[in-house]
Amino acid sequence: MALLQTTATLFNKELRTELRSRELITTTIVFIVLVVVLFSFTFDPTSTESRRFGPGLLWLAFLFAASLMLQPCFLREQLNDTLSAVRMASPDPFAIFLAKLAANTMFLLLTELLMLPVFAVLYNVPVWHVLPSLALVLFSGSLGICVAGTGVAAISAQARMRELLLPLLLLPLLSPVLIASTEATAALLAGQPVLRLDWVGFLAAFDLVFLTALWLFGEFLLEE
Amino acid sequence: MKKNLFALLVVLMLGWAAYASFFVAPTENTMGVIQRIFYLHMPSAIVAFCAFLVTFVANLLYVFRRQQRWDWLAVSAAEVGLAYITVVLITGPIWAHPVWGIWWTWDARLTSTFVLWLLYISYLLLRTLIEDPHRRALASAVYGIFAFLDVPLVHMSIRWWRTQHPQPVLMGGPGTGLDSRMKIVLLYSFIALLSLMIFLVRQRYELEAMRGQADVLRREAEAA
Repeated sequence: MALLQTTATLFNKELRTELRSRELITTTIVFIVLVVVLFSFTFDPTSTESRRFGPGLLWLAFLFAASLMLQPCFLREQLNDTLSAVRMASPDPFAIFLAKLAANTMFLLLTELLMLPVFAVLYNVPVWHVLPSLALVLFSGSLGICVAGTGVAAISAQARMRELLLPLLLLPLLSPVLIASTEATAALLAGQPVLRLDWVGFLAAFDLVFLTALWLFGEFLLEE
Repeated sequence: MKKNLFALLVVLMLGWAAYASFFVAPTENTMGVIQRIFYLHMPSAIVAFCAFLVTFVANLLYVFRRQQRWDWLAVSAAEVGLAYITVVLITGPIWAHPVWGIWWTWDARLTSTFVLWLLYISYLLLRTLIEDPHRRALASAVYGIFAFLDVPLVHMSIRWWRTQHPQPVLMGGPGTGLDSRMKIVLLYSFIALLSLMIFLVRQRYELEAMRGQADVLRREAEAA
């Protein structure tokens, strides 16, 4: 119970920091739009071609955007050494991870939902009729990205060249998420939409494994 | 003395394994001579996996015990394992080209081996970018644990996605299996390569220990 309370307080803090500047969400949106536009040059964006390449493109864009977006969650704290203060104030270090994880997932989902109509219009792929199922896939995929990503951000924040290092550490870890989310999205955007519960279940398993790992080993990353 | 004797033993075993895979094992019926690369390819893959298992256990021990030697063991085994995986990734295409007609295919086991290779490259890269030995050991240990947990997920996701690699020939169910002479040669190669791995990890461990001690001395000299 105390864990939830601390998490809620810290989550509030994360939200407030972001809402004051709004720099994370705006830069991420611009980045995704850029990727979506640039990708259109690499293949012929007709409706059939988009159905073939679209899901992979979308998830690659989300993955790269997330690897940029996750950077500041620990780096921000280093500027004024606020992490020590947060660590002293919270009884359970896992709460710090949970709060950052919840905030990151929320920001990522928000940008994804904003980007979905843009993608649908530009690439001629109707998404409205499958929106609830798609939201489920987006949620479980983004949670996977953020669970592993928050842990890796805490690791890379301690190194030199951290901006470059985070994607290098994170992207190979996330290859199962990329495969599962792309396959699930492709099945939803196909002519006969199906919700592939096996892939959604796989994503849930990934989320669970890394959440447990973060719970068990995350606190070691916050040590002085 | 003991070390030199062990080195000599490893050389003899490797020589015998090489001889056996060329002259003792029978030529395979359909693939011909090229199949003999199997005696290097498959045992290397298993030995690499053993090395990564050592890294994982050493990572766990470091996190809970905080003794530097576990960190030294972890990095030694990871480096040696990476060398073995590289051998697998090089011998694979050499074998695949005449047999499948292509150098590379994005099949389940090939792709997951490739991702495994990338994961441990990231692990070693991370280590070069953190100065403080304690921080480096702890951060890389947690990343090593994440990477190892990711391996089954990577494998499972890619397996569901696509498969072309032959089914396991050992213990792969009815209709599979090797000629008994092939099995024995395979066992020779495995033991020889495993001994080489142990020898290399020991050497690398001693090097890392010396580096650690030199580092301590340098710090003391700077402090004085």
